[in-house]
Amino acid sequence: MTVSAAPADEAVRPEPRLGRSWHIVLPLLCYLAVGAAMIVYTQSAPLDGIERGSLNLPYIFGRTWEHIQLVFYSTVLVLLVALPLGILLTRGVMRRATPFVLALVNLGQATPAVGLVVLLAVVFQIGFWTAVAALFAYSLLPTLRNTMVGLQQVDWRLIDAGRGIGMSAARVLFKVELPMAAPVILSGIRTTLVLNVGTASIAAFIGAGGLGDLITTGVSTQRNLVLVTGCVLIAVLALIIDWVGGLAQRVLAPKGLS
Amino acid sequence: MADQSTTGVPIELRKVTKAFPGGGEPAVRELDLNIPAGEIVVLVGPSGCGKTTTMRMINRLIEPTSGDIVIDGRSSHDIDPDRLRRNIGYVIQQAGLFPHMTVAANIAQVPRMLGWDRARIAERVDELLTLVGLDPQVYRDTFPRRLSGGQQQRVGVARALAADPPVLLMDEPFGALDPISRERLQDELLGLQDDLAKTIVFVTHDIDEALKIGDHIAIMKAPGHIVQYATPAEILTNPADDYVEQFLGAGSSMRLLRLTKVGDIEVDQVPYTSEDADAAEVLAEIERDGRGYALITDGMRRPLRWVGAEHLQGIEGPVGSAGDPITGTLGHRMTLQDALEALLNADTDVVPVVGRRRAYAGALSLSTVQNAIQAIKTRERERRLHRNEPGAGG
Repeated sequence: MTVSAAPADEAVRPEPRLGRSWHIVLPLLCYLAVGAAMIVYTQSAPLDGIERGSLNLPYIFGRTWEHIQLVFYSTVLVLLVALPLGILLTRGVMRRATPFVLALVNLGQATPAVGLVVLLAVVFQIGFWTAVAALFAYSLLPTLRNTMVGLQQVDWRLIDAGRGIGMSAARVLFKVELPMAAPVILSGIRTTLVLNVGTASIAAFIGAGGLGDLITTGVSTQRNLVLVTGCVLIAVLALIIDWVGGLAQRVLAPKGLS
Repeated sequence: MADQSTTGVPIELRKVTKAFPGGGEPAVRELDLNIPAGEIVVLVGPSGCGKTTTMRMINRLIEPTSGDIVIDGRSSHDIDPDRLRRNIGYVIQQAGLFPHMTVAANIAQVPRMLGWDRARIAERVDELLTLVGLDPQVYRDTFPRRLSGGQQQRVGVARALAADPPVLLMDEPFGALDPISRERLQDELLGLQDDLAKTIVFVTHDIDEALKIGDHIAIMKAPGHIVQYATPAEILTNPADDYVEQFLGAGSSMRLLRLTKVGDIEVDQVPYTSEDADAAEVLAEIERDGRGYALITDGMRRPLRWVGAEHLQGIEGPVGSAGDPITGTLGHRMTLQDALEALLNADTDVVPVVGRRRAYAGALSLSTVQNAIQAIKTRERERRLHRNEPGAGG
């Protein structure tokens, strides 16, 4: 049996690795530069008392940290619920429940975010965890749907091949289905993350903190600089988190697919 | 790998029925099938005839509704499905390789599940890649996407053979390949099978593939039953009914040429003699024979030259080196199709046929082959007439 030379040549070419090139970090540096420039400007510009109250460094960093925490906890919650639920809804008889669950989750996303936050605050109480719960309800859909879609679109022949060579259903799930669905699932998680960064600004309405505080203060006291600083920092945070998500997608996606 | 590889085991399907929920005709109905150890049995039929369902019941990817499948004396029902499948190689169309795993990782799946140690697995992977004709150095760490269809299919076969199972199930494994790769992989599979002697259940809808690689062929018809289970030659010469005949389609005689060996038909006998023979006597023999030529052979009766009457005119004593050297011979194990090909390309109208040790066994010309085909046709026509007689059913 002879092996033709052409495919062999192609075969020895190494898989494209995650580039060592600096291009990858370029966007991050740009985002950081914009954020830093914004902060430096607020520190050097002449401020009145109200502005100084919102634009001092400890306050800005405190709000930023709160914002990150809101995003972090709500996203972790989404992962804890959406991944198992998504897997469950693509197994056997559970498939029948899919439309109902999706309708429910859709409801969470379709409700205006502000309304949802306020509603939850009325039902429960004002505070950080209520905001996290609202963010969770609001951003569950992308991850859940992508988990399901990602798993559903795995070529059934691969699952068949897996079962056919003696893999258990669980082994097929972890060794074949989840790795194959990973790119789609990861992009869902990335959407959830970015959605959460934006929506977390609303947490300020129910006293949960975050960079939304700068916006509400800016609006209510008619201090545009405070308002703009809040907006720019939220945007920069969203872009950075999206960048991290993109990086994770590249690192975690299985090799050999594209 | 063990010194001796595991050879095939017999499989027996006993009154196996599969009815899918939702009613309608059962996909497979009370099917009996004896698959002898170490043979390639091909399930062939149009789509929807239940051939794939039948095959998938053997490794319990589909559970039979009723009936029993006995593998090497044990009912498959008594074996845990996952364990059962680790002992049955499984090859599907487009190989079903996991695209996110390297070639080596793909092949290593079953040995890993069986708990082999790393060194043994690595050794086995290289051994299998070599067996299916892929250089381990080049292909071990490649991803399937970078392989051609044929190479992927080879890796698929290697993966199926990884734990040296006695049984191999192949579901249209070469269906997606171009004709040339398909031919080659079929030949390679037959070559492998010569050494491995696994029990192979092979599903295809391509009757030519079935005839080529099957030791036995089960022709299936919807809903899920076997119309004829026989050797390829028997199916070609004696199709069970019109359905089989229809399924064989046109070109049945051409296929017969592929299955019939030169030694199976009556070859011409031409006068032959040694170099020492007296020229005048040979000339007389040629004239008596009427063909106008004779074959000169060496001491081992191997054909050397053709001599015609014109070569022998005026030669006194032995024939010696008179005549035209022969340019080619036909082996008696050649298929008629190959023989026909050789005849069409030959310089002479008649080509000697040689048997064992290349000794003269006869001669073949296009008209002889034509007569043989004619005989086959006549036989077929008679059989058809016979079948259409009253009482034999329409």
